[in-house]
Amino acid sequence: MATTKPPVLVVLQLSGGNDYMNTVVPYKDPLYWDYRPRVALPEDQILLLDNDVGLHPSMGPIRDMYNQGKVAIIHGVGYPNSVRSHFRSMDIWHTCEPDKTGTEGWLGLATRELDPHKDNIVTAVSFGPSMFRALVMPGVPVACVDDLDTYGLLTGISPAQQRTKILEKFAQNYSPVIGTDEVMKYLGQTGLEAMEGADILKVAPQKYSSTVEYPNTSIAKKLKGIAQVHFADLGSRVFYCDHLGFDTHANQMGVHATLWTDVSNAIEAFFADLREHNAADNVLMFLFTEFGRRVRDNGSGTDHGAGGVAFAIGDTVKGGQYGEYPSRKAEDLTQGDLAPNLDFRGLYSTILEDWLHVDAKPIVKGSFEKPRFL
Amino acid sequence: MASEDIALMAHLMRRAGFGASREELEARAARGYEATVEELVNPTAEPVDRHDFYRYHPGFWKPITSPGMGGSAWFHTMLTTKRPLEEKMVLFWHHVFATGQSKIDNWHELINQADMLREHGMGNYRDLLVALAKNPAMIYWLDNCDNHGHAVNENWGRELLELFSLGVGMDGHPNYTETDVREASRAFTGWTIAQAPPRGYYNRWDWEFEYLEEDHDDGEKTFLGHTGNFDGEDIIDIIVQQPSCHRFIARHLYNFFVADEAQVPAWMTTPPRDPEAVDTIAKAFADSHYDMSSTLRVLFNSDFFKNARFAKIKSPAEVVVGLMRLAGGFDFPGPGIGNLSKNPTYMGQELLNPPSVEGWHTGAEWINSGTLMKRINFAAGLLGDTNRPGIRALINRLKAQGDLSPEGFVDSCLDLIGPLQVEPEVRQNLVAHAKEDGVLRWGTEQEVSTSSARVGEMLQLIASVREFQYA
Repeated sequence: MATTKPPVLVVLQLSGGNDYMNTVVPYKDPLYWDYRPRVALPEDQILLLDNDVGLHPSMGPIRDMYNQGKVAIIHGVGYPNSVRSHFRSMDIWHTCEPDKTGTEGWLGLATRELDPHKDNIVTAVSFGPSMFRALVMPGVPVACVDDLDTYGLLTGISPAQQRTKILEKFAQNYSPVIGTDEVMKYLGQTGLEAMEGADILKVAPQKYSSTVEYPNTSIAKKLKGIAQVHFADLGSRVFYCDHLGFDTHANQMGVHATLWTDVSNAIEAFFADLREHNAADNVLMFLFTEFGRRVRDNGSGTDHGAGGVAFAIGDTVKGGQYGEYPSRKAEDLTQGDLAPNLDFRGLYSTILEDWLHVDAKPIVKGSFEKPRFL
Repeated sequence: MASEDIALMAHLMRRAGFGASREELEARAARGYEATVEELVNPTAEPVDRHDFYRYHPGFWKPITSPGMGGSAWFHTMLTTKRPLEEKMVLFWHHVFATGQSKIDNWHELINQADMLREHGMGNYRDLLVALAKNPAMIYWLDNCDNHGHAVNENWGRELLELFSLGVGMDGHPNYTETDVREASRAFTGWTIAQAPPRGYYNRWDWEFEYLEEDHDDGEKTFLGHTGNFDGEDIIDIIVQQPSCHRFIARHLYNFFVADEAQVPAWMTTPPRDPEAVDTIAKAFADSHYDMSSTLRVLFNSDFFKNARFAKIKSPAEVVVGLMRLAGGFDFPGPGIGNLSKNPTYMGQELLNPPSVEGWHTGAEWINSGTLMKRINFAAGLLGDTNRPGIRALINRLKAQGDLSPEGFVDSCLDLIGPLQVEPEVRQNLVAHAKEDGVLRWGTEQEVSTSSARVGEMLQLIASVREFQYA
């Protein structure tokens, strides 16, 4: 399906380390059942994809999209010398710097390429209380939205006319003052950008109407916000959000099921909404996590591991499975974990070059094999 | 009370602490500036008892890996301490000796490190460096546990010189050579963490320093022109004698307490903003044999400090803690303290998890459109909450001034919130806003209620001006 609309990327970060083996389950492998005496899924409930793997029972909507050819499952994703710290591993995914501490986020760099002259200060929009390092790049404005309905400056001031008056004063106070120093000028420009960004984004919920009902979950609320901004045609190209809680050391069976129910249902509603607004053809959704989890369960959950699974979802995705599920044989594991066999920087390269149409090499710092899911 | 005395005291307390209420400023100003400096560098008030916090939040005791939980106990100490400079020095050293959860993966060891910084932060810098070299979180952070007699790992040795004591160079000249890095690293071989039983994620064992003599390279070393069978303490003894060390620490103190400086990586080639001031601090540091209290006393009593009002952009921790202390009502560690302690994170400073060993970039680099909005909204949220004890006290002071003209209303608010200096155009704007509702009156109950709300709104508007971002 060809479209002339500019491509839009939606990243959904599964924070905490999503358990690969209970997400895309290698149910045919007897080792799976050996390794997981307490944290194995009921075999008759696994949503079979083929003769080897199936999805977690809570992922029905994603299985349906898979069957429609709209989901790419990317196996064995990671990087050399896997780090099992949440923060460090997430940093590596965010900055593409496995060997040193990076400060520039891959999507911050991509945003600079997409909008080199800062013509649109809402080119990148982040949904969450603090900015993801993936989006950090000095000089690149990123709108950072907690809640689209209440997003803006000085939102505690009411009534609305009063706030409008106060914001006029705000704008005057931030206008360049002759004779002030560089820092004051910078603060002035940044304050006006923040206000302008909020002004632009606030029209999105106002313009929005839809018959789709999103579930009442935090992830659905974020995806709905993204849909609203996307429909408002504000020129936003990169959206980012996360869902927390995948750090399932304990009580994994219940917790993981809830997490995937919430994520799958939210994604289902999101794509239904996109289709209703004829706005699905230029959206690529990308799901990743900082690492997979340990092969052997710990009696109640699973500990931090290495190789993980990523998903690309959208109408233009060439559905199917990419890469190889890493071997579960004891001799092939690294420190008890699945050994990653596909570098995430190759995955990013596919997204950057074949979706956003920007040169990947300077962003991911090198050339990596690209899975061809687009 | 002369308003200049109050303004100067407010400046001192913003820098040497986390700000202070008008009552405290008046009391301190009455005792005198130098007496206050003396009290700050030699605090006599009782330290915060961490157990009070853990009693209500046992989950924050040894929170191990849980994201976002680690800074809360320390955050509450900053919020409630009556020894503000001591706590500010913990923050200072945390900026310099930046160690992060990203790798440590064990909040408890980072909190222990912060406690170590509190214990030594105002004392002798040489002793502090020795304690730092033996700090388990630091040892793990910079891989000194992998620094063996037969296989040297230079990570700690290098950063000790580059980021913690000397700096790469100054005036365009390097302060040490690659050989010095190597030799220093050799001297710290065998300084490691004691073996602990293997751990799962819910049963971490406390880390402990251990010296392994058999893993220590006891051979001859030549370091910065000195030769001997040095161990780590000998290296530190040589380091603290270097003029480059005195200037490095002085420049850090200047950047943190006096005025925003160029960032550390530029120090080799960029001279200090005020070389004379940095020399004065460096001399005090050397003359006192590296005693931080003595050095800070000279700094705070200097004219260059007194004249540097609003010459710094507040760090997120200063923004959040300062505002919460001003608004008041947070002494009791109520529910929600964990979330409140994440506010600096939302503004770009996750305590105990700096982005790298280089620490945070400061000054204007704190600001982007996302963080600026967070700073403004957080400030406005607290200052506009007229039920908070600190804001009520401020309203009562305005009330005591009687009915106020729009000009008087604005000037009194700017005075009581700082005193804050703003551009004349900004003051004109604030006055124009105040004029819309005329004189601020306190005659009837209705007027008190309306005027209180107007004060809350004015404070929010003031919280949003650029000048408010400066300390």
